[in-house]
Amino acid sequence: MPGILIFAEQRNGKLKNALMELLGEGTRLARALGEELSVLVVGSRLEELAGLISGVDRIYLADDQRLEQYSSEAYSRILANLIQKLMPSLLLFGASAMSRDLGPKIAARTGTPYSPDCTSIELDPQKKINVIRPVYAGKLNAQLDLGGVRPKILTLRPHVFAPFQGESSKKPKIEKIEVPSDIFDLRVKLKEIVATVESKVDLTEAQIIVSGGRGLKGPENFKLIEELAEVLGAAVGASRAAVDAGWKPHSYQVGLTGKTVSPLVYIACGISGAIQHQAGMSSAKTIVAINKDSQAPIFKIADYGIVGDLFEIVPLLTQEFKKLKEGS
Amino acid sequence: MNILVCLKQVPSSESKIKVGKDPTGIDTSDLTYVVNPYDEYGVEEAIRIKERLGSVDITVLSVGPATAAETLRVALAMGVDRAVLLYDPLFSNSDSLGIARIIAAYVHMTPFDLIFFGKQAIDDDMGAVGIMVAELLRLPHGAVVNRLEISPDQKSMIAHRQIEGADEILEILLPAVITCQKGLNEPRYPSLPGIMKAKSKPLAEINHEGLKLDPKTVGLSAALVKIVKLFPPKTRTTGKIIEGPPAEAVKELVQHLSEATGLAGA
Repeated sequence: MPGILIFAEQRNGKLKNALMELLGEGTRLARALGEELSVLVVGSRLEELAGLISGVDRIYLADDQRLEQYSSEAYSRILANLIQKLMPSLLLFGASAMSRDLGPKIAARTGTPYSPDCTSIELDPQKKINVIRPVYAGKLNAQLDLGGVRPKILTLRPHVFAPFQGESSKKPKIEKIEVPSDIFDLRVKLKEIVATVESKVDLTEAQIIVSGGRGLKGPENFKLIEELAEVLGAAVGASRAAVDAGWKPHSYQVGLTGKTVSPLVYIACGISGAIQHQAGMSSAKTIVAINKDSQAPIFKIADYGIVGDLFEIVPLLTQEFKKLKEGS
Repeated sequence: MNILVCLKQVPSSESKIKVGKDPTGIDTSDLTYVVNPYDEYGVEEAIRIKERLGSVDITVLSVGPATAAETLRVALAMGVDRAVLLYDPLFSNSDSLGIARIIAAYVHMTPFDLIFFGKQAIDDDMGAVGIMVAELLRLPHGAVVNRLEISPDQKSMIAHRQIEGADEILEILLPAVITCQKGLNEPRYPSLPGIMKAKSKPLAEINHEGLKLDPKTVGLSAALVKIVKLFPPKTRTTGKIIEGPPAEAVKELVQHLSEATGLAGA
């Protein structure tokens, strides 16, 4: 029974938002292929989490106290074992630090094709799978042939695929997977997890991002960006110039040597939009640019732009959104 | 301690990238090539470890083409001891797993205590080869590492690895594979004496026979992932520049955004 298997990433007992997009795309592909759709959750005390997942045929739980924190060695063994048992046609992940770590490891272990950060998965009339993913930092797209080997391991770029909508009367069957003890003979031990980002919303998962660049003139002025982000429930980003100047740590950096983001809305404040910055954010659905230089390259890719002083415009924008929020 | 650093030669990040006549590849005329920036962090880290510990031998490696030798010379000039180019026409169009098999075959012959890769190459953006090599060799790995400390007994290391909104601090037993992220260090420029010295350092070339590698496991025919075609993404067109006094422009922008995106719960 080949099927589609979704890896539902959880950290600290919380499922990632990306799961809804995986369920949406997984449902669409499962219908087109006439296959079952299953979800795997790995972690500790998962009963409650499993109850939050609907619209699938089966939920596999690898539930063990020793799996509470992510471990590439233990998690990859669980996945490889389950793949061997099920031989699914597709294994879907959300693109994340975890899947970028697990995907290649499982692919090498099981000799299966791996394609990270996909932006499109289509079936041709023979039900062959065509995958598209950006390469050269988004300067080109590559269409890939993943051959006939099963499963194809794909990670899906956030905010690109339509989330699962809908009612589902289907009650998933829950199956507990046996967790063998020998997978905990670890050569990599997690000592500690240290938060590096002060803002509440993470860049790579954020629906809205407000980013600041050189135009902010100093670290203290990032509070303008943070105030706007707070009102919008957005994440805060920074350009390379702002990071290199030491105004924000590297974990905030959007662009070629920072993070690639794909939010619904990206608001660039005082960012000129060098090609390396564009590489990290040009797949945002809507781009807004605020810059006093009308010739800044960011305006060439922005959906909406205001040429003007960000020190005047950003606070006005914060006020206006505040009003809108209070009014609604 | 023996350290291996794996390098890829890539078009510089400023390059204009166009689809080639053969649409499975890019147009390589007028391209400037550089060491993949994330791989440079690996070279620098290896040299710093040698500077701290003394008895360390550093090898850099690249999997063809022949022009990748230029990239290896850069690393030799930065201060590594020797370079190896794994080149064979049979290797061309290997996928990530094929490249990983080629590198793993070399490490089988010449074991290392520590192997560095960049966290990804800036051309295919796959970020797969380093982790795949680790898995093929059954070595532990730490990916996307921005801080590294080798223990005094040189049997383990502490690696800080970047995840969403946090760093995982890992203790990893050696031998192991590390993939490097920005922040790990600031790579040095090759010095003039370094460039002169590099000329006399060994640069070996090895083909599939030298690696005792079954040619059926690499190259295009073995690839599980094949490029059908490359094509440019839809270009973003210049949108609306909102004119007028700031207060009014902002009002208009907010209206557009809430209509277009449902922003702020409109």
